[in-house]
Amino acid sequence: MSAIQDLILTTIDAHGAIEDTAALRLNGQPVDQLQVIGVLNSLTAREVVSFTILDAEYWLLSEEGNKVVEHGSPEVMVFNAIPEGEDGISIPELQKLVGESYKFGQGAAFKNKWIKKSAAGFARATDSVVDSTRNELIAIRDGKVLADKIMTDYKKKKLIDKKKTSSYNVVKGPKFTTTLAKEETDISQEMILSGEWKTAQFKKYNFAPGVTGVVPRGGYLHPLMKVREEFRQIFLELGFTEMPTNKFVDSSFWNFDALFQPQQHPARDAHDTFFLKDPATDRKYPRDYLERVKKVHSEGGYGSIGYVMDWKEEEAEKLLLRTHTTAISSNMLYQLAQEKEFRPVKYFSIDRVFRNETTDATHLAEFHQLEGVVADRGLTLGDLIGTLHSFFQKLGIPKIKFKPAFNPYTEPSMEIFSWHDGLGKWVEIGNSGMFRPEMLRPMGLPEDVSVIAWGLGVERPTMIKYGYDDIRELLGHKVNIDMVQKNPICRLDKKMGREL
Amino acid sequence: MPTVNVDKEILFKGLGRVFTLEEFEDLCFDFGIELEEETSEREMAAKEIGAEKAKELSNRLIYRIDIPANRYDLLCAEGIIRALSIFLENQKPPVYKTVPAPAGKHQKLIVKPETGAIRKFVVAAVLRNMVFTQDNYNSFIDLQDKLHANICRRRTLVAIGTHDLDTIEGPFTYEALVPKDINFIPLNQTQSMNGEELMNFYEADRKLSKFLPIIRDAPRYPVIYDSKRRVLSLPPIINSDHSKIKLTTKNVFIECTATDLTKAKIVLNTVVTMFSEYCKEKFTVEPVEVVQTDGKSVMYPDLSMRHMETSAPYINKLIGTDIPRDKIVTLLTRMGVTASKGADDKAISVQIPPTRSDILHPVDVMEDVAIAYGFNNITKTVPKASTAGAMFPLNKLSDKVRRELALSGYTEVLPLILCSHDENFKFIKKVDDNTTAVKLSNPATIEYQVVRTSLLPGLLKTIYSNKKLPLPLKIFEVSDIVLKDDSVERRAKNVRHMAILYANMKGSGFELIHGMLDRIMLMLNVPMDVTGSGNGYYIKESNNETFFPGRRADIFLNGQKIGHLGIVHPEVCQNFEVPFATSALEMTIEPFV
Repeated sequence: MSAIQDLILTTIDAHGAIEDTAALRLNGQPVDQLQVIGVLNSLTAREVVSFTILDAEYWLLSEEGNKVVEHGSPEVMVFNAIPEGEDGISIPELQKLVGESYKFGQGAAFKNKWIKKSAAGFARATDSVVDSTRNELIAIRDGKVLADKIMTDYKKKKLIDKKKTSSYNVVKGPKFTTTLAKEETDISQEMILSGEWKTAQFKKYNFAPGVTGVVPRGGYLHPLMKVREEFRQIFLELGFTEMPTNKFVDSSFWNFDALFQPQQHPARDAHDTFFLKDPATDRKYPRDYLERVKKVHSEGGYGSIGYVMDWKEEEAEKLLLRTHTTAISSNMLYQLAQEKEFRPVKYFSIDRVFRNETTDATHLAEFHQLEGVVADRGLTLGDLIGTLHSFFQKLGIPKIKFKPAFNPYTEPSMEIFSWHDGLGKWVEIGNSGMFRPEMLRPMGLPEDVSVIAWGLGVERPTMIKYGYDDIRELLGHKVNIDMVQKNPICRLDKKMGREL
Repeated sequence: MPTVNVDKEILFKGLGRVFTLEEFEDLCFDFGIELEEETSEREMAAKEIGAEKAKELSNRLIYRIDIPANRYDLLCAEGIIRALSIFLENQKPPVYKTVPAPAGKHQKLIVKPETGAIRKFVVAAVLRNMVFTQDNYNSFIDLQDKLHANICRRRTLVAIGTHDLDTIEGPFTYEALVPKDINFIPLNQTQSMNGEELMNFYEADRKLSKFLPIIRDAPRYPVIYDSKRRVLSLPPIINSDHSKIKLTTKNVFIECTATDLTKAKIVLNTVVTMFSEYCKEKFTVEPVEVVQTDGKSVMYPDLSMRHMETSAPYINKLIGTDIPRDKIVTLLTRMGVTASKGADDKAISVQIPPTRSDILHPVDVMEDVAIAYGFNNITKTVPKASTAGAMFPLNKLSDKVRRELALSGYTEVLPLILCSHDENFKFIKKVDDNTTAVKLSNPATIEYQVVRTSLLPGLLKTIYSNKKLPLPLKIFEVSDIVLKDDSVERRAKNVRHMAILYANMKGSGFELIHGMLDRIMLMLNVPMDVTGSGNGYYIKESNNETFFPGRRADIFLNGQKIGHLGIVHPEVCQNFEVPFATSALEMTIEPFV
């Protein structure tokens, strides 16, 4: 590099400028123009020189073209391979002699009337031929530019190719000198101690847009867990206590029956729920409570007519992978009811649930569900609506409204819709409701205690936030680790990704 | 959620005005149903059979409307139009009545004892002097399909048969016979066949084949005959061709056979309340006497109003409103529920029509008031109780461990909790002794067979999917595994594990994994048990087959084994197609809570 820099500077010093760097010679050899531009950029940055780019085009023989120069054009090869005389040569033999050029060469030679058919195969039709293709290609190789028509024709036949080169016209800059001081790239401890930094010249740092620094490598947290952390913080700020949801296996009793979900409900079908083969059943739930649940399903009670149907413990004892975290909520509320005196509680959880679904871009057999539950005497639907407004306000979702819906264990049941600016419409973001007396009263909760609750999936808002199209890009072993490492921090109150 | 197709023109005619799309969407939203899309028969069919084949079909506009799963009275256009008209106060809720049969001679249906073993219950009713049009005929068929698919649980609980009463003659008998002894021409067929032949005949039928298993292997099939031994239907499979409903049919005999009597009554009530609209005397139904096997007779349908007592304070207290009692009565009427002032100055007496089987408890009445009042008109309040928030201690610890692992240069991954049996055992050179893993009975996806008992397979699978990334790969997971445990309720328990894995081309990183253990223990403030005092942690060479001999160890805390680490055995890597030298550590973090 420095040899080229010296060459450029001394040449300019001697001649005042360099008309075309293509003409430069170092030890008698042309100079690599890529190295030249490297030097020129650095000298220009220091205002030693300035330059303009000279673009030039030239023609080059292709691999095919070089073959023609070496062996002759295919038609000439065919002609030369045929012996003189009327007998000629057989086609297979001719093919063998000419090789792969035969197919094209034979046609062209025949068209040129250089060869004719004979008893054996082909015979010469003329005494001698001129290989003008070869001659013209040699001329082009030596730098001659022939008539446009010829050049275009050879280009089309892929015998020649056009190439571009850049070289440079260089003139002196305001700070031209032939004796350039060495530039320091960085400051060092040595320079600081010696005071050398005061006189040293420093290389200019490249602040151009698009240039990055050295990116640090470290450890990284998963995007879904970052979103979970935000949700948890919001619940904690609102005074909610996290439920112990570390129970993936549950019984149909807690997952369905305790929630007043009828035994013939479609959700209890094998094609929606993962039932267990081993262990398959469990009957350790509280017996007296079970009797009350059975009664409210089959005969009613607490002001309800019930489902008026047979209720079988064989359905309740079936173990499964919980289909919702409400299985835990029901258990927590039951435990609350067993306390000596009722106390108001606010519970939340964010954990995995399981559905027996075939997987695709929007469905996985496991996903994360968020749930909030408040139990107190005299809670109202207005309290639920107000709680949801403050919860979603914290998520950066100020505009929500509610649609009547159906859910076996809540009454009223409300679907939560939020206004999506990007889509320009209302989209469903969660479910909510007040737990039914048929669920709460058998647990032993006092009559004036109401429980409000809401839930939503965590994956979908995360996909919207970070702009993923496929849930499998977010959860599971197919997740790209590189994505995890580049994923921004999560701030639920700031809009990003598909939220915009 | 069931979806009902409603002809847009008929809908707006029924509602007495034309709505814009937005107006109708808003109406649906407030009432609690959802306009799914605007389409046509042709457009829907084009998606399935192609535009060319669908060309002949109607292009009349259809609204596809999602309805709540417990509102069987909204499963047809008639029901949706009626409910919305009442909601908009265009009409009063109708009063459904049973009326005596002409000349006082009602139809009888006699139940034979053999039916008890296969399909115990039957209920029936007659609709007199109906006028069918092509539109309401289609809707009549459609409602039966929708009921069959939903409340009838694909005909297992209830099956509906409808017949032209003028082609048959009572009294009818509900019997259960040996398949070979039942002979009739099924609906829209020309050949008579017996029960066995019929099963074979419909085996290839796309729509009916799925119902055959309900009775196929039973020794006797349920069947309904008229007094001249003509078959009406072979429930829950098919009706006979002889008694089929035509556009010219005037009098309709409806029977519902069932394994659940409550649901049979709801289904019968739904059909007759919806379609008595087309009877000469609107909303009237002729009862049928069902003579049970015990000799007792019951008249169906039961269209009486169900009575429920509630009060204005009860409703207002739950909603958080102060709606006057008069207003509550009006709001309930808009929901199709007749209410009146009750005994004292607060009580409300509610009359629940046979269409509203979803109302079980006064809270259901309260919800109807809230819907008619408008959820979005309710004043927002917040619960008054002040509570302090708290994290679940195990999750709090997990978060701290996760942060330390990330700070040490490991990247968090989140594999699935379900995996295949091979991945959980064979691939990591373990043998299943049936004491650890919870097994699934019915997975829809073959790769989900067990709940993982180790985090390692998930980490290895993650490395496999990320083979192309620059090395080394350093990943971790802190999450739950599940172990069988007969001593606890639910007979299985979660255990919170942490696992880390290092993969590289050269150098397995065993010392790095070992060092990570030391680092985590330092952060957890656990000393190394150098002297064997039983206080602190140490590692000890092991024979764990998952790892490479001589480079594997168990981790002990206060003398108890809590995990293991080692160079992952090359055969294990091969099983997961991981082409790297790999080291891993896995241990429970529960003792540190």
